[in-house]
Amino acid sequence: MDAILVEEVTKKFRPGWPGLPPVTALAGLSLSVHKGEIYGFLGPNGAGKTTTLKILLSLMRATSGKVEMLGKPAGDLEVRRRIGFLPEAPYFYDYLTAEEFLAFYGHLAGLERGELSRRIDHLLEVVGLRDARTRQLRKFSKGMLQRVGLAQALIHDPELVILDEPMSGLDPLGRKHVRDLILGLRDQGKTVFFSTHIIPDVEMICDRVGIIVKGKLMASGRVDELVSHGHTQSVEIVCEGIKADEVPSITALATRVLQRGRHCLVALPEPNQLEDVLAMIRARGGRLVSVTPQKGSLEELFFKEDDMTVSVRSDTKV
Amino acid sequence: MRQVVVIALNTFRENLRDKILYNLLFFAVLLIGFSVLLADLTIMEHQKIVTDMGLAAINLVGVIIAIFVGIGLVSKEIERRTVYTIMARPISRTQFILGKYLGLMLTLFVNILIMVVVYLATLQVYRAPVPWALLQAIELIFVELLLVTALALFFSTFSTSTLSAIMTLGFYVIGHLTTDLKGIAQKSHSEAVKAVMTGIYYLCPNLEMLNMKGQAAMGASVPLSYQAWASAYGLLYAALLISAACAVFQRRDF
Ligand SMILES: Nc1ncnc2c1ncn2[C@@H]1O[C@H](COP(=O)(O)OP(=O)(O)OP(=O)(O)O)[C@@H](O)[C@H]1O
Ligand SMILES: [Mg+2]
Repeated sequence: MDAILVEEVTKKFRPGWPGLPPVTALAGLSLSVHKGEIYGFLGPNGAGKTTTLKILLSLMRATSGKVEMLGKPAGDLEVRRRIGFLPEAPYFYDYLTAEEFLAFYGHLAGLERGELSRRIDHLLEVVGLRDARTRQLRKFSKGMLQRVGLAQALIHDPELVILDEPMSGLDPLGRKHVRDLILGLRDQGKTVFFSTHIIPDVEMICDRVGIIVKGKLMASGRVDELVSHGHTQSVEIVCEGIKADEVPSITALATRVLQRGRHCLVALPEPNQLEDVLAMIRARGGRLVSVTPQKGSLEELFFKEDDMTVSVRSDTKV
Repeated sequence: MRQVVVIALNTFRENLRDKILYNLLFFAVLLIGFSVLLADLTIMEHQKIVTDMGLAAINLVGVIIAIFVGIGLVSKEIERRTVYTIMARPISRTQFILGKYLGLMLTLFVNILIMVVVYLATLQVYRAPVPWALLQAIELIFVELLLVTALALFFSTFSTSTLSAIMTLGFYVIGHLTTDLKGIAQKSHSEAVKAVMTGIYYLCPNLEMLNMKGQAAMGASVPLSYQAWASAYGLLYAALLISAACAVFQRRDF
């Protein structure tokens, strides 16, 4: 049984004015998330990520298609006890203190008093808000709100955690915390499904990713499969004692040559020219510092899937 | 049930932390105590004014709270998207609506209680009599407030806050004029006017039925059976509105 199953889901929004065509946010989206994995749901702005998550949590009804979570149809009340959710750019009751806020959601999830206060202590610690425990949420910064929102999603120790852009609004340290937290959840055997449009977040922690563009799943699979598939590996050479940008035979082969103080960086499009270039560098008295193969990145895939971006790119080439 | 209570208590807490409520309460106390300023009246006149003003103040402040907190009860949750995290929990939409309604009911109850205490104390100061009819009038005011809250909640499930406020206010005013409307319908020669007026007469709650402030100030009570019927009428009307609100809310996309 999958943690999340989405089959041929479409969502059409009624147009703002009668007579206009409806807005199609999802056009036959299918995906599945296995138990115990971290699944990254990647897509550009307006691709339909938030719409998908809202349908999963039955905040919205799909126009057609089937949605299941933990083996139950979306909308099943009991199954929501086992699910945690953080919406996009969340806004909460700002008259509550962090502690009261978490207690409120804990009560809704059916936690008893003793258990609840233990969970509150634990989660405030985990998200680093122990000192803000009795502060009202109206006095929280954006990043703090995001953190307390995460704590809210985890208060009842859910099996399945669904997060809409959990890293947005966070500084680099905060992003790292959230990544660690998500990895920690997987270590406890939880399933995490999160949406984002920020590729490195996904590359670093996800077991599998799905790429959604214009309401359809364009690609899905393990990150390394998606990345290596159909991509040549480029190579970066760092050397010293030579000005490579003054060597025509090297600049002809390289995609980029950069001089950074004593060091010189040479980027090659393919590994099979590596030996030739290394020989040229040595011949000019240069010393090798490092050679790094550059894996293809999801970024390329992301851009490839998004027609619009591709056309923009080809335009700039012309 | 537990879910309803959790939402209701949180709504009550939200109201308690809202400064507007205290301002209104202060305003009510001022109104009730205002008669102190009217010094050059006879004792009898003074007592009558205190009794009248007090009831009117309690009613007015109650209605303001019912309408303006009532329209925000659900629409504010949707606008501010706090409803996302709540609906993602094991709670049905009906439970949510009931909880919000009960929460405001609790707020109204506590507010009325405070105002009534101040009111009775003021009456004591003036040695004004406290007839049984006064308490009857206050009970019916509370029923009216429950009805007005239900109206506000109902409108706010499908329209904007401003529109809900206008419609609730409209129903409130017309609700006090329904008997006049029937009169107009009977006298009118135009069939259309007749139909519209009769329609409004049956659609709008008859709030005059719940208003016995005038006679209560004179000390004239109504039979208990009338009070019971009028209360039942108001509560049933409120229950219908809440059910309708639940049905609308059930269908909503957020
Ligand atoms: N309530 C709505 N009414 C009409 N159209 C909507 C509604 N909600 C979303 N849409 C449309 O559906 C499409 C998908 O929106 P969605 O919010 O799911 O995108 P997203 O992938 O979450 O984007 P982002 O990365 O910017 O958050 C957009 O074209 C949006 O305009
Ligand atoms: Mg989104």
